[in-house]
Amino acid sequence: MNKNMKILIVDDFSTMRRIIKNLLRDLGFTNTQEADDGTSALPLLKSSDFDFLITDWNMPGMTGIDLLKEVRADAKLQSLPVLMVTAEAKREQIIEAAQAGVNGYVVKPFTAQALQEKIEKIFERVDA
Amino acid sequence: MTEQGQQEQLVEYAKTLLEQLESGEANEAMQTIAQLHQKRDQVLFHEVGRLTRSLHESIKNFAIDTTNSQMREEMSRMQDASQRLNYVIEKTESAANKTMDMVESTMPISAQLANEAKALKLEWDRLIRREMRPEEFRELSKKVGVFLTTATEESATINANLSGIMLAQDFQDLTGQVIKRVIELVQEVEVELVNLVAMAGSIDEITGVKHDDLTPNTEKANAPDIGPEGPIMEPEKRNDVVSGQDDVDALLSSLGF
Repeated sequence: MNKNMKILIVDDFSTMRRIIKNLLRDLGFTNTQEADDGTSALPLLKSSDFDFLITDWNMPGMTGIDLLKEVRADAKLQSLPVLMVTAEAKREQIIEAAQAGVNGYVVKPFTAQALQEKIEKIFERVDA
Repeated sequence: MTEQGQQEQLVEYAKTLLEQLESGEANEAMQTIAQLHQKRDQVLFHEVGRLTRSLHESIKNFAIDTTNSQMREEMSRMQDASQRLNYVIEKTESAANKTMDMVESTMPISAQLANEAKALKLEWDRLIRREMRPEEFRELSKKVGVFLTTATEESATINANLSGIMLAQDFQDLTGQVIKRVIELVQEVEVELVNLVAMAGSIDEITGVKHDDLTPNTEKANAPDIGPEGPIMEPEKRNDVVSGQDDVDALLSSLGF
Protein backbone atom coordinates (compact mmCIF):
# COMPACT_ATOMS: atom_id res chain seq x y z
CA MET A 1 0.00 0.00 0.00
CA ASN A 2 1.36 3.39 -1.02
CA LYS A 3 1.59 5.55 2.10
CA ASN A 4 1.84 8.67 -0.06
CA MET A 5 -1.50 8.11 -1.72
CA LYS A 6 -3.74 11.14 -1.88
CA ILE A 7 -6.83 10.79 0.29
CA LEU A 8 -9.95 12.97 0.38
CA ILE A 9 -11.88 13.03 3.68
CA VAL A 10 -15.52 14.19 3.35
CA ASP A 11 -17.57 14.93 6.49
CA ASP A 12 -19.71 17.91 7.47
CA PHE A 13 -18.26 17.97 11.00
CA SER A 14 -14.75 19.40 11.16
CA THR A 15 -14.01 17.45 14.35
CA MET A 16 -14.76 14.15 12.63
CA ARG A 17 -12.56 15.14 9.66
CA ARG A 18 -9.81 15.95 12.13
CA ILE A 19 -10.18 12.60 13.95
CA ILE A 20 -10.01 10.67 10.68
CA LYS A 21 -7.06 12.77 9.52
CA ASN A 22 -5.19 12.05 12.79
CA LEU A 23 -5.94 8.33 12.62
CA LEU A 24 -4.72 8.24 9.01
CA ARG A 25 -1.54 10.08 10.03
CA ASP A 26 -0.94 7.48 12.77
CA LEU A 27 -1.27 4.83 10.06
CA GLY A 28 1.35 6.67 7.99
CA PHE A 29 -0.93 8.45 5.51
CA THR A 30 -0.14 12.15 5.53
CA ASN A 31 -1.30 13.22 2.07
CA THR A 32 -4.89 14.13 2.96
CA GLN A 33 -7.38 16.82 1.95
CA GLU A 34 -10.81 17.65 3.31
CA ALA A 35 -14.26 18.60 2.01
CA ASP A 36 -17.44 19.26 4.00
CA ASP A 37 -20.00 17.59 1.70
CA GLY A 38 -20.47 15.92 -1.68
CA THR A 39 -21.04 19.21 -3.48
CA SER A 40 -17.60 20.53 -2.56
CA ALA A 41 -15.95 17.10 -2.79
CA LEU A 42 -16.98 16.24 -6.35
CA PRO A 43 -15.13 19.11 -8.12
CA LEU A 44 -12.04 18.36 -6.01
CA LEU A 45 -12.19 14.71 -7.04
CA LYS A 46 -12.68 15.60 -10.71
CA SER A 47 -9.94 18.21 -10.87
CA SER A 48 -7.30 16.32 -8.91
CA ASP A 49 -5.88 12.81 -8.79
CA PHE A 50 -7.08 11.28 -5.53
CA ASP A 51 -6.27 7.64 -4.78
CA PHE A 52 -8.84 7.10 -2.06
CA LEU A 53 -12.11 8.64 -0.85
CA ILE A 54 -13.40 8.41 2.72
CA THR A 55 -16.91 9.85 3.09
CA ASP A 56 -19.69 10.30 5.63
CA TRP A 57 -23.28 9.56 4.51
CA ASN A 58 -25.52 12.17 6.11
CA MET A 59 -24.39 15.64 5.00
CA PRO A 60 -26.21 18.78 3.87
CA GLY A 61 -25.91 19.54 0.18
CA MET A 62 -24.89 16.29 -1.47
CA THR A 63 -24.97 13.18 0.75
CA GLY A 64 -22.24 10.55 0.76
CA ILE A 65 -24.38 7.98 -1.05
CA ASP A 66 -25.09 10.46 -3.85
CA LEU A 67 -21.40 11.32 -4.00
CA LEU A 68 -20.61 7.61 -4.31
CA LYS A 69 -23.12 7.27 -7.17
CA GLU A 70 -21.64 10.33 -8.93
CA VAL A 71 -18.15 8.87 -8.55
CA ARG A 72 -19.20 5.49 -9.99
CA ALA A 73 -20.95 7.24 -12.90
CA ASP A 74 -17.86 9.29 -13.79
CA ALA A 75 -15.56 7.74 -16.38
CA LYS A 76 -12.42 9.06 -14.73
CA LEU A 77 -13.42 8.31 -11.13
CA GLN A 78 -15.41 5.08 -11.48
CA SER A 79 -12.71 2.82 -10.05
CA LEU A 80 -11.71 5.12 -7.16
CA PRO A 81 -11.77 3.13 -3.89
CA VAL A 82 -14.45 4.53 -1.56
CA LEU A 83 -14.78 3.89 2.18
CA MET A 84 -17.96 5.00 3.91
CA VAL A 85 -17.57 6.09 7.54
CA THR A 86 -21.04 6.86 8.88
CA ALA A 87 -23.54 6.63 11.74
CA GLU A 88 -26.14 5.33 9.25
CA ALA A 89 -26.78 1.76 10.40
CA LYS A 90 -29.93 0.52 8.66
CA ARG A 91 -29.50 -2.72 6.78
CA GLU A 92 -31.19 -1.23 3.70
CA GLN A 93 -28.65 1.56 3.68
CA ILE A 94 -25.68 -0.78 3.87
CA ILE A 95 -27.16 -2.85 1.05
CA GLU A 96 -27.80 0.34 -0.97
CA ALA A 97 -24.18 1.44 -0.46
CA ALA A 98 -22.94 -2.01 -1.47
CA GLN A 99 -25.08 -1.96 -4.61
CA ALA A 100 -23.83 1.54 -5.42
CA GLY A 101 -20.30 0.12 -5.36
CA VAL A 102 -18.82 1.08 -2.00
CA ASN A 103 -15.51 -0.66 -1.17
CA GLY A 104 -15.89 -0.63 2.62
CA TYR A 105 -18.36 0.45 5.29
CA VAL A 106 -17.42 1.55 8.81
CA VAL A 107 -20.17 2.48 11.31
CA LYS A 108 -19.64 5.27 13.81
CA PRO A 109 -18.63 5.17 16.59
CA PHE A 110 -15.61 3.33 15.24
CA THR A 111 -12.17 2.33 16.50
CA ALA A 112 -8.76 3.11 14.99
CA GLN A 113 -8.39 -0.62 14.46
CA ALA A 114 -11.63 -0.93 12.47
CA LEU A 115 -10.56 1.92 10.20
CA GLN A 116 -7.13 0.38 9.67
CA GLU A 117 -8.56 -3.08 8.92
CA LYS A 118 -10.99 -1.75 6.32
CA ILE A 119 -8.34 0.37 4.59
CA GLU A 120 -5.93 -2.57 4.47
CA LYS A 121 -8.63 -4.87 3.14
CA ILE A 122 -9.63 -2.40 0.43
CA PHE A 123 -6.07 -1.98 -0.82
CA GLU A 124 -5.28 -5.69 -0.60
CA ARG A 125 -8.04 -6.14 -3.20
CA VAL A 126 -7.16 -3.09 -5.24
CA ASP A 127 -3.47 -4.03 -5.39
CA ALA A 128 -4.23 -7.72 -6.09
CA MET B 1 -76.85 20.38 31.62
CA THR B 2 -75.17 16.98 31.73
CA GLU B 3 -75.03 14.73 28.73
CA GLN B 4 -77.25 12.22 30.52
CA GLY B 5 -79.77 14.92 31.39
CA GLN B 6 -79.90 16.01 27.79
CA GLN B 7 -80.38 12.47 26.63
CA GLU B 8 -83.24 11.91 29.08
CA GLN B 9 -84.94 15.04 27.86
CA LEU B 10 -84.57 13.90 24.24
CA VAL B 11 -86.13 10.56 25.19
CA GLU B 12 -89.02 12.46 26.87
CA TYR B 13 -89.63 14.51 23.70
CA ALA B 14 -89.52 11.37 21.55
CA LYS B 15 -92.08 9.57 23.76
CA THR B 16 -94.38 12.61 23.75
CA LEU B 17 -94.02 12.82 19.95
CA LEU B 18 -94.92 9.15 19.55
CA GLU B 19 -97.98 9.49 21.82
CA GLN B 20 -99.15 12.61 19.98
CA LEU B 21 -98.75 10.93 16.57
CA GLU B 22 -100.61 7.81 17.72
CA SER B 23 -103.50 9.85 19.09
CA GLY B 24 -103.62 11.98 15.89
CA GLU B 25 -102.60 15.29 17.49
CA ALA B 26 -100.74 16.52 14.39
CA ASN B 27 -100.34 20.17 15.45
CA GLU B 28 -98.99 19.27 18.88
CA ALA B 29 -96.67 16.75 17.22
CA MET B 30 -95.26 19.49 14.97
CA GLN B 31 -94.59 21.62 18.05
CA THR B 32 -92.75 18.77 19.74
CA ILE B 33 -90.60 18.30 16.65
CA ALA B 34 -89.76 22.01 16.75
CA GLN B 35 -88.82 21.66 20.43
CA LEU B 36 -86.60 18.70 19.55
CA HIS B 37 -84.86 20.79 16.93
CA GLN B 38 -84.36 23.63 19.34
CA LYS B 39 -82.89 21.29 21.91
CA ARG B 40 -80.43 19.87 19.39
CA ASP B 41 -79.33 23.35 18.36
CA GLN B 42 -78.87 24.39 22.01
CA VAL B 43 -76.63 21.40 22.71
CA LEU B 44 -74.68 22.01 19.55
CA PHE B 45 -74.15 25.73 20.20
CA HIS B 46 -73.17 25.03 23.76
CA GLU B 47 -70.60 22.40 22.78
CA VAL B 48 -69.22 24.35 19.86
CA GLY B 49 -68.82 27.37 22.15
CA ARG B 50 -66.99 25.34 24.74
CA LEU B 51 -64.71 23.70 22.17
CA THR B 52 -63.98 27.00 20.46
CA ARG B 53 -62.82 28.44 23.76
CA SER B 54 -60.51 25.48 24.50
CA LEU B 55 -59.27 25.43 20.93
CA HIS B 56 -58.44 29.10 21.24
CA GLU B 57 -56.53 28.40 24.47
CA SER B 58 -54.60 25.59 22.82
CA ILE B 59 -53.67 27.65 19.80
CA LYS B 60 -52.66 30.50 22.10
CA ASN B 61 -50.41 28.14 24.04
CA PHE B 62 -49.04 26.93 20.78
CA ALA B 63 -47.72 30.33 19.89
CA ILE B 64 -48.34 30.93 16.24
CA ASP B 65 -49.55 34.53 16.29
CA THR B 66 -46.67 36.88 16.89
CA THR B 67 -48.80 40.04 17.28
CA ASN B 68 -49.84 39.12 20.81
CA SER B 69 -47.20 39.74 23.47
CA GLN B 70 -47.85 36.49 25.34
CA MET B 71 -47.53 34.54 22.11
CA ARG B 72 -44.43 36.40 21.16
CA GLU B 73 -42.93 35.16 24.39
CA GLU B 74 -43.87 31.59 23.52
CA MET B 75 -42.49 32.02 20.02
CA SER B 76 -39.25 33.30 21.44
CA ARG B 77 -39.01 30.15 23.56
CA MET B 78 -38.92 28.18 20.32
CA GLN B 79 -36.25 30.43 18.88
CA ASP B 80 -34.51 30.24 22.22
CA ALA B 81 -34.52 26.42 21.97
CA SER B 82 -32.83 26.58 18.57
CA GLN B 83 -30.23 28.96 19.91
CA ARG B 84 -29.66 26.69 22.88
CA LEU B 85 -29.15 23.66 20.66
CA ASN B 86 -26.73 25.64 18.52
CA TYR B 87 -24.91 26.49 21.72
CA VAL B 88 -24.62 22.74 22.42
CA ILE B 89 -23.09 22.20 18.98
CA GLU B 90 -20.63 25.05 19.52
CA LYS B 91 -19.65 23.87 23.00
CA THR B 92 -19.12 20.25 22.03
CA GLU B 93 -17.21 21.26 18.90
CA SER B 94 -14.92 23.57 20.83
CA ALA B 95 -14.33 20.87 23.49
CA ALA B 96 -13.50 18.32 20.81
CA ASN B 97 -11.07 20.74 19.16
CA LYS B 98 -9.43 21.72 22.45
CA THR B 99 -8.99 18.05 23.34
CA MET B 100 -7.51 17.23 19.94
CA ASP B 101 -5.17 20.25 20.13
CA MET B 102 -3.87 18.99 23.44
CA VAL B 103 -3.53 15.39 22.24
CA GLU B 104 -1.74 16.54 19.09
CA SER B 105 0.75 18.58 21.11
CA THR B 106 1.29 15.76 23.63
CA MET B 107 1.85 12.86 21.24
CA PRO B 108 5.17 14.10 19.76
CA ILE B 109 6.48 14.82 23.28
CA SER B 110 5.77 11.31 24.54
CA ALA B 111 7.09 9.82 21.30
CA GLN B 112 10.31 11.83 21.67
CA LEU B 113 10.71 10.71 25.31
CA ALA B 114 10.18 7.10 24.29
CA ASN B 115 12.79 7.37 21.52
CA GLU B 116 15.41 8.93 23.79
CA ALA B 117 14.74 6.35 26.53
CA LYS B 118 15.05 3.54 23.98
CA ALA B 119 18.40 4.88 22.73
CA LEU B 120 19.73 5.28 26.26
CA LYS B 121 18.55 1.78 27.18
CA LEU B 122 20.77 0.31 24.43
CA GLU B 123 23.82 2.08 25.83
CA TRP B 124 22.82 1.29 29.40
CA ASP B 125 22.64 -2.44 28.55
CA ARG B 126 26.19 -2.22 27.17
CA LEU B 127 27.28 -0.67 30.46
CA ILE B 128 25.63 -3.49 32.44
CA ARG B 129 27.36 -6.05 30.21
CA ARG B 130 30.65 -4.19 30.98
CA GLU B 131 31.20 -3.52 27.28
CA MET B 132 31.69 0.22 27.76
CA ARG B 133 34.94 2.11 27.73
CA PRO B 134 35.45 4.79 30.42
CA GLU B 135 35.16 7.71 27.95
CA GLU B 136 31.96 6.23 26.54
CA PHE B 137 30.62 5.96 30.09
CA ARG B 138 31.37 9.65 30.73
CA GLU B 139 29.49 10.50 27.54
CA LEU B 140 26.59 8.28 28.62
CA SER B 141 26.32 9.81 32.08
CA LYS B 142 26.14 13.28 30.50
CA LYS B 143 23.34 12.07 28.18
CA VAL B 144 21.47 10.50 31.11
CA GLY B 145 21.73 13.80 33.00
CA VAL B 146 20.30 15.74 30.04
CA PHE B 147 17.57 13.14 29.53
CA LEU B 148 16.49 13.28 33.18
CA THR B 149 16.19 17.08 33.00
CA THR B 150 14.20 16.88 29.74
CA ALA B 151 11.98 14.11 31.11
CA THR B 152 11.14 16.19 34.19
CA GLU B 153 10.24 19.23 32.11
CA GLU B 154 8.31 17.31 29.46
CA SER B 155 6.37 15.37 32.11
CA ALA B 156 5.17 18.71 33.46
CA THR B 157 4.01 19.68 29.95
CA ILE B 158 2.25 16.33 29.51
CA ASN B 159 0.56 16.76 32.88
CA ALA B 160 -0.60 20.27 32.00
CA ASN B 161 -2.01 19.00 28.68
CA LEU B 162 -3.82 16.15 30.43
CA SER B 163 -5.39 18.61 32.90
CA GLY B 164 -6.40 20.73 29.91
CA ILE B 165 -8.11 17.70 28.34
CA MET B 166 -9.91 17.08 31.63
CA LEU B 167 -11.10 20.69 31.83
CA ALA B 168 -12.28 20.65 28.24
CA GLN B 169 -14.93 18.12 29.35
CA ASP B 170 -16.75 20.80 31.40
CA PHE B 171 -19.16 21.25 28.46
CA GLN B 172 -21.06 18.15 29.59
CA ASP B 173 -22.56 19.96 32.58
CA LEU B 174 -23.60 23.01 30.53
CA THR B 175 -24.90 21.16 27.49
CA GLY B 176 -26.73 18.70 29.77
CA GLN B 177 -28.68 21.54 31.40
CA VAL B 178 -29.49 23.14 28.05
CA ILE B 179 -30.67 19.88 26.51
CA LYS B 180 -32.88 19.18 29.55
CA ARG B 181 -34.63 22.55 29.10
CA VAL B 182 -35.22 21.87 25.43
CA ILE B 183 -36.63 18.44 26.28
CA GLU B 184 -39.10 20.13 28.68
CA LEU B 185 -40.22 22.51 25.96
CA VAL B 186 -40.70 19.68 23.48
CA GLN B 187 -42.82 17.80 26.02
CA GLU B 188 -44.99 20.90 26.63
CA VAL B 189 -45.51 21.30 22.90
CA GLU B 190 -46.42 17.64 22.63
CA VAL B 191 -49.12 17.99 25.31
CA GLU B 192 -50.59 21.04 23.52
CA LEU B 193 -50.56 19.20 20.21
CA VAL B 194 -52.38 16.21 21.71
CA ASN B 195 -55.00 18.62 23.19
CA LEU B 196 -55.43 20.22 19.79
CA VAL B 197 -55.96 16.90 18.07
CA ALA B 198 -58.42 15.72 20.75
CA MET B 199 -60.36 18.98 20.38
CA ALA B 200 -60.56 18.70 16.63
CA GLY B 201 -61.79 15.14 17.14
CA SER B 202 -64.68 16.17 19.43
CA ILE B 203 -65.77 18.94 17.07
CA ASP B 204 -66.14 16.31 14.35
CA GLU B 205 -68.08 14.12 16.75
CA ILE B 206 -70.58 16.83 17.74
CA THR B 207 -71.18 18.21 14.30
CA GLY B 208 -71.38 14.69 12.92
CA VAL B 209 -68.63 15.24 10.38
CA LYS B 210 -67.28 11.99 9.00
CA HIS B 211 -63.89 11.67 7.39
CA ASP B 212 -63.50 9.09 4.68
CA ASP B 213 -60.03 7.88 5.42
CA LEU B 214 -59.00 8.19 9.04
CA THR B 215 -57.26 4.84 9.31
CA PRO B 216 -53.52 5.34 9.17
CA ASN B 217 -51.97 4.37 5.91
CA THR B 218 -50.31 1.24 7.22
CA GLU B 219 -48.61 0.49 3.95
CA LYS B 220 -46.84 3.81 4.08
CA ALA B 221 -46.15 3.57 7.80
CA ASN B 222 -44.51 0.18 7.41
CA ALA B 223 -42.51 1.04 4.33
CA PRO B 224 -38.79 1.07 5.09
CA ASP B 225 -37.32 4.54 5.22
CA ILE B 226 -33.83 4.50 3.87
CA GLY B 227 -33.16 8.21 4.14
CA PRO B 228 -30.40 9.32 6.46
CA GLU B 229 -31.39 8.90 10.11
CA GLY B 230 -28.21 9.60 12.06
CA PRO B 231 -27.14 7.66 15.13
CA ILE B 232 -29.65 4.93 16.05
CA MET B 233 -31.11 5.07 19.56
CA GLU B 234 -31.56 1.64 21.18
CA PRO B 235 -30.44 -0.45 18.17
CA GLU B 236 -31.12 -3.65 20.18
CA LYS B 237 -34.86 -2.88 19.98
CA ARG B 238 -34.88 -2.69 16.18
CA ASN B 239 -34.40 -5.39 13.62
CA ASP B 240 -33.79 -3.12 10.62
CA VAL B 241 -30.46 -1.82 11.88
CA VAL B 242 -27.05 -3.31 12.52
CA SER B 243 -25.72 -3.24 16.07
CA GLY B 244 -22.07 -2.67 15.26
CA GLN B 245 -19.16 -3.18 12.91
CA ASP B 246 -19.35 -6.99 13.23
CA ASP B 247 -22.96 -6.90 11.96
CA VAL B 248 -21.93 -4.67 9.05
CA ASP B 249 -19.12 -7.03 8.12
CA ALA B 250 -21.43 -10.06 8.33
CA LEU B 251 -24.05 -8.36 6.15
CA LEU B 252 -21.48 -7.27 3.56
CA SER B 253 -19.86 -10.70 3.43
CA SER B 254 -23.32 -12.24 2.88
CA LEU B 255 -23.57 -9.91 -0.14
CA GLY B 256 -20.28 -11.27 -1.46
CA PHE B 257 -17.92 -8.61 -0.12
